[in-house]
Amino acid sequence: MQSNAALEYDYSLAKKFTFLTILFGFLGMLVGTLIAAQMAFPELNYLLGEYGTFSRLRPIHTNTVVFGFTVSGIFATWFYLGQRVLKVSMAESKFLMVLGNIQFWLYFIGALLATISLLFGVSSSKEYAQYEWPFDIVVVIIWVLWGVNMMGLIGIRREKALYISVWYYLACFLGIAMLYLFNNMAIPTYFVSGGLGSPLHSVSMYAGTNDALVQWWYGHNAVAFGFTVPIVGMIYYFLPKESGQAIYSYKLSLLSFWGLMFVYLWAGSHHLLWSTVPDWMQTMGSAFSVVLILPSWGSAINMLLTMKGEWNQLTDNPLIKFMVLASTFYMLSTIEGPIQAIRSVNAIAHFTDWIPGHVHDGVLGWVVFMIMASIFHMAPRMFKREIYSKKLMESQFWLQTTAVVLYFTSMWIAGITQGMMWRAVDEYGNLMYSFIDTVTVLHPYYAIRALSGVMYLIGFIMFAYNIYKTMTSGKELTEEPQFRTPMA
Amino acid sequence: MFHWLEKNPFYFAAAISIVISFAGLIEIVPNFAQSGKPLVGMKPRTVLELAGKNVYMKDNCMACHSQMIRPFKSETDRYGDYSLSGEYAFDRPFLWGSKRTGPDLHRIGNYRTTDWHEAHMLNPPKIVPGSIMPAYDHQFENEADLETAYAEAVTVKNVFHTPYGPAFHRGQEAWDAHKSKVLEDAKKIAADMKDERVKAMIAEGKVPEVVALIAYMNSLK
Ligand code: HEC
Ligand code: HEM
Repeated sequence: MQSNAALEYDYSLAKKFTFLTILFGFLGMLVGTLIAAQMAFPELNYLLGEYGTFSRLRPIHTNTVVFGFTVSGIFATWFYLGQRVLKVSMAESKFLMVLGNIQFWLYFIGALLATISLLFGVSSSKEYAQYEWPFDIVVVIIWVLWGVNMMGLIGIRREKALYISVWYYLACFLGIAMLYLFNNMAIPTYFVSGGLGSPLHSVSMYAGTNDALVQWWYGHNAVAFGFTVPIVGMIYYFLPKESGQAIYSYKLSLLSFWGLMFVYLWAGSHHLLWSTVPDWMQTMGSAFSVVLILPSWGSAINMLLTMKGEWNQLTDNPLIKFMVLASTFYMLSTIEGPIQAIRSVNAIAHFTDWIPGHVHDGVLGWVVFMIMASIFHMAPRMFKREIYSKKLMESQFWLQTTAVVLYFTSMWIAGITQGMMWRAVDEYGNLMYSFIDTVTVLHPYYAIRALSGVMYLIGFIMFAYNIYKTMTSGKELTEEPQFRTPMA
Repeated sequence: MFHWLEKNPFYFAAAISIVISFAGLIEIVPNFAQSGKPLVGMKPRTVLELAGKNVYMKDNCMACHSQMIRPFKSETDRYGDYSLSGEYAFDRPFLWGSKRTGPDLHRIGNYRTTDWHEAHMLNPPKIVPGSIMPAYDHQFENEADLETAYAEAVTVKNVFHTPYGPAFHRGQEAWDAHKSKVLEDAKKIAADMKDERVKAMIAEGKVPEVVALIAYMNSLK
């Protein structure tokens, strides 16, 4: 993994997608903070009339952070590290460059239009698949463009063996393609009914219990192939690059990769425990969820052991802090998920705030931290300037870490309180609480979560500012840094 | 073998595809026909109810409400009989939800009435102090999209053979003929409501979103 000084890589696409990552990250978390505040202070539902209610904004939050922020981050890092591990510059192929630019603009415009459509309530309602059919088609085109670009670059590579990160990006592409296609199968009503009603409306190909199964096979694995697989791909590249350490074990990488590929998809039905889905599927979902700990922890442990003997870097390089904390949060949420998938635990946890608690220790602690760390690492190499401020980075790290801890602890308590109150009975076996009691009791936790959102958002703004200053007034570098990212 | 795969991207991609397809094939496919069966004698939703379901989706009530009563005593005491697979057989998409910020609504039609819903949708905390549910005042002004709901009924009838009976033909004429039936249904709901805006719209032959939504909620039993 030495850097190849002779090759000039072309970072124009990586830069463009980095800007989008920051833009969508900011917007998505702004809306996240707003909806968090609405749950504590419902008056905030009426800021934008019909368009500002919690229920309209929630899908905007989820879709903007998933398909806006995270996917841009995946594209940005791919267009940076893809060239470097394959030892070929994007500029060597005009075709790939043009394709990449079409992908960028289509993606940017498509994302804006799709967000507006959600604001107007045009939604097919399945979680993380709310976009109606015309937008689904745009998503598929963008995804195929990226796939062609990736395969193209692999086709003209100089380095014959595919580095571990490439395995993960490939899997991300293939997995999402399969899942998205099957789950979004729908029939536009306008055409079948002879031109009646809204051209945007459609009905799902699947009904009831089947629809639920397909949806959560998708929903769970969209998390797998969007929030886990590509992010692991990032850390396999950026941690060794930043620390100057080789990956601890190739065998462990192999085991974790193929293990993850095989096991992950079985676990989707853990979203449907105690529902009307056949029992044996629920059991499979539970069992495979527990097995999933192995490949997940395999990657995380591989990362931590990569730092063996080099732990001093943790104290003096904030970037290493971000990455090590990210792996740690990855371990936390991949042990928490399987616990929630145990049937008896799920009976209490499902439908409660513990689930968003789990989601966010994963996304805030792992996904966002890792994407920000990647951008911090890439920035001096893309812009040929030193990082503007190490101090700012340190404060951002502590502010956001505190925010994540506040978020998940408050939601753990809220969720378990709620779950226990719903089922609590008095000595005669009657329910003890009316539903509204279980709502009002959560107010303080919702308020703490809203506060954590504000803190996390401020941290993200500090990050954006640091990157902006790096681009515009960081000290210029004469030569590309080898390992550790230079910062002022 | 792994070293070889890592040098042959095409086979590498093929290997990933095979490994990740297993689960879906084995878990989802076998029970597909079985899980799709409706309860005996179950009728599909009327056009007004479908329009209400679409309002439910447009305002995304699933963000806070489930429609899935699990087989625990604490749930059947609170909400009624536990849910059965067949009850959902005509639901495209399924609307089970995944978060209960508010209570389950799968059998709401058994214990709440039109006038209760009307007052509640206008101002939840006034009816249930401490509620964090938003008010949906705009549903009293926006017109429900009945034509799209009709198009949906025609589509599921033609494509999935949902038993809508011999009527429900394609095209503008068929819809014009059916529309009066939908307005009839809407009038019955509106008769139990007080809001002036609702009365005025119904008098003009239009149906506000909230009327369709309440028709839908009343049908959830
Ligand atoms: C922010 C979350 C939230 C959203 C969004 C929301 N609700 Fe609610 N809903 C609640 C809460 C909390 C309660 C319990 C307190 C109450 O009755 O107001 C509730 C109660 C209800 C009830 C009474 C249930 C019962 O058993 O008494 C109905 C009916 C209802 N909501 C319908 C809707 C509809 C229809 C929508 C979409 C237009 C919707 N809700 C959107 C939170 C929400
Ligand atoms: C400032 C930071 C953030 C705040 C304050 C925040 C807040 C919220 C809130 C309030 C909800 C709704 C929970 C509910 O319905 O009870 C939510 C849901 C969700 N958020 Fe965030 N969020 C933030 C950042 C993110 C990021 C960065 C991601 C992903 C990269 C993310 C992914 C999700 C997902 C997937 C859900 C749906 C969870 C579920 O269905 O259980 N969030 N968020």
